[in-house]
Amino acid sequence: MSWLDNIMRPKIRGLGSREAPDNLWVKCDSCGQMIFHRELEANHKVCNHCGHHLRISANERLTFLFDDGEFTVIEQPETVTDPLKFRDRKRYSDRLKEAQSKTGTGKSDAIIVAHGKIGGLPAVIAVFDFKFMGGSMGIAVGEAFVSAARLATLQEAPLIAIPASGGARMQEGILSLMQMPRTVIAVEEVKEAGLPVIVLLTDPTTGGVSASFAMLGDIAIAEPGAVIGFAGKRVIEDTIRENLPEGFQSAEYLLEHGMVDMVVPRGELRDTIARLIRHLIRPKATAEVVALPRTREALPDASSAAPADG
Amino acid sequence: MLRMPTFLDFEKPIAELEGKIEELRHLSDGGGLNISEEVTRMQEKVERMLRTTYSKLSPWQKVLVARHPDRPHALDYIEALFDDFIHLSGDRNYGEDDAIVGGLARYRGASVVVIGTEKGHDTESRLKHNFGMARPEGYRKAQRLMRLAERFGLPIVTLVDTSGAYPGKGAEERGQAEAIARSIEVCLDVRVPTVAVVIGEGGSGGAMALAATNTVLMLEHAVYSVISPEGCASILWRTSDEAETAADALKLTAQNLEELGVIDSIVPEPLGGAHRNRDEIFEALDNALDPALQELVGLDGGVLRAKRREKFLEMGKKGLS
Repeated sequence: MSWLDNIMRPKIRGLGSREAPDNLWVKCDSCGQMIFHRELEANHKVCNHCGHHLRISANERLTFLFDDGEFTVIEQPETVTDPLKFRDRKRYSDRLKEAQSKTGTGKSDAIIVAHGKIGGLPAVIAVFDFKFMGGSMGIAVGEAFVSAARLATLQEAPLIAIPASGGARMQEGILSLMQMPRTVIAVEEVKEAGLPVIVLLTDPTTGGVSASFAMLGDIAIAEPGAVIGFAGKRVIEDTIRENLPEGFQSAEYLLEHGMVDMVVPRGELRDTIARLIRHLIRPKATAEVVALPRTREALPDASSAAPADG
Repeated sequence: MLRMPTFLDFEKPIAELEGKIEELRHLSDGGGLNISEEVTRMQEKVERMLRTTYSKLSPWQKVLVARHPDRPHALDYIEALFDDFIHLSGDRNYGEDDAIVGGLARYRGASVVVIGTEKGHDTESRLKHNFGMARPEGYRKAQRLMRLAERFGLPIVTLVDTSGAYPGKGAEERGQAEAIARSIEVCLDVRVPTVAVVIGEGGSGGAMALAATNTVLMLEHAVYSVISPEGCASILWRTSDEAETAADALKLTAQNLEELGVIDSIVPEPLGGAHRNRDEIFEALDNALDPALQELVGLDGGVLRAKRREKFLEMGKKGLS
C-alpha cells in the first residue's frame, strides 16, 4: 500500500490542481453533475443539467432580484446578544462570532434588509442568510424584520420577505419564540398601510419561521424544490412510524395542497415579482391621501393611541 | 374515581415516607394503638421535605412536574373555574380536533370564550385529545372562536398545555404552519381582552399560537420553551441524554420568563405542585385570573390591540442578569 501511495499521489495531485480547481467547477447536490462556474452564475445558480436550485447567499439573492443588481443595505438596529448566556457544546457568543466571520457580514445576523427598485418600482427586501446559523431567527433577525416593515411603510413600498431558515434560534430560548408574534405584527403593519407583502419561500423554510410571517404574505411564491413545512421530516417519520412520500414538503407538494400561489424558477422571479407589484401597488395619488395617519400609527411611539381601524 | 398517585423519581423519599404513614394508619386501625403523635411528626417531615424539594426544583424537575400525569389539565380548570360551559366544535373547513377544546363559558358572572389545549388524563382521553398535540383544525377552530369572542365583545381566556403542534403527514399537508401563523395573527388582532395561562407545558409554536395575548400568566412550576429539552439536546448536543443540561440552558421556568418579561406574573402552586392539591391550584388561578381580566375589561378594543402589539414589540430588549 505505502509504496503505491508514495508513487501515485504526487501525480494525481498535480493533475487535479491543473485541470479542476475547486472553485471553477461546482458539483450539483441534486444530480451530482459538474457545472462550470460561469455557466452556473449565468443561470442564477440553477443546475443546467437537472434544474436544481442551489442555495444562494442573501447578497446573491438581492443582486438577482433588484433591477441591475443595485440596492442599498440598511443598517440594522442594535440588539442584545446572547440574552440567556447560552452554552451547549460551545458558547453561543462564540458560535455567533464564527458565523459572522464565515459569512463575512461583519456584525450582522442571519438577515439582510435592503431597498432598491424591482421593475422600476421601489421595494424593500428582507432576506435570510441560511449560511448564518441555518438562517435561524432570534432577536436580531426579528428586530431587523420589524425595521424592514417600517421602512416599507415609510417608503410606501411593498415588503418582499425571503425566508431561508431552519426555524427559531434555540440559543435564545423563549425570546426566539417571541419573534413569531413580532414578525407577524411587522407584516400586519405593512398590510394595514395598504401595501403588499410578498413572501418568497426558499430552501428551507421550516419551524417557527414557516409558522409566522412566512405564511402570512398576500402572495406566496416558492422556489422550485424548496423544502417548506412546520415539523422536520425526521420528526414526522419518528412520530407516525412510516416513510413519507417522495417530494413531501417540497414547493411543488405545497402548490398541489393549496399552500402557495405559485412555484417560480429563479430566473423568472424578478419579472414575476415586478408584475405582482404593478398590480398591487395603488396609484401614487391615492396612497398619499391615506398614507399619513396610517404611517403614524405604525410608528412605535403612537401605538398606544392607535385608532381601531381595519 | 380512585387513582394511584404517580411519584416522580426525585419524590421517592417523600413517597416512601408517605407509604410508611399509610402503613402506620392501617396498623392503628387494627390494634387500637395510639400512634397519632408519631403520624403527625412524620407528616410534618413530609411537609418539610416537600417544601425543600419544591422550593428549589431544577429546570428539568420542573419539566417533569409540568408533565405530571396527575396535574390538572385544561378541562379540569374549565370545570372548576367556569360556569355554564358550552363546548363548541369544529373549524368549519375540515374537521374537529379535540387537542384544542373551547367554547362559551361564564367567569365570575360574565360571559367569556375559553380555549385550551387538552392532554387528557387516561389512555382513552389521551388518545381522544391526541395528547394535547393539535392539528391545523385545532388552530383554525381556535381562530374561529377568537373571532366569535371579538364579534360579541367577550374576553378570551386561553389555557396552554401542550408539548407542541402535532408533527404528522396530514397536519403538514393541511397547512400546520399556516394554521399556527394565522392563529398568532388572530390572537394579536382581536379587539377584546385576552389572557393566556400556561398551566403545564408551553411547547413551542403550538403554545405560541394561543399565547400572543394581552396578559400571560404562568403556573409556578409550568415550563414554556421554544423547543423541548429533549429536542434541543438532540440537535445541539447530538444526544437526547443531555436533556437535563438543555433544560438548564433554555431558561424555561416561570421565574426566568418573568425576569425576561415574557410572562406577566406567576401563579403560586400548592406545596408539592398542582397535582398534590387540585382545589388549591384552582383557587390560586382563580385569584390571579380575575384581576388580570379586570385590568383589561372596559378598555377600548383598539387600545387593547395596540397595547398587545407594543408589549410584544418591546420584548427581548434585555437579557437575564
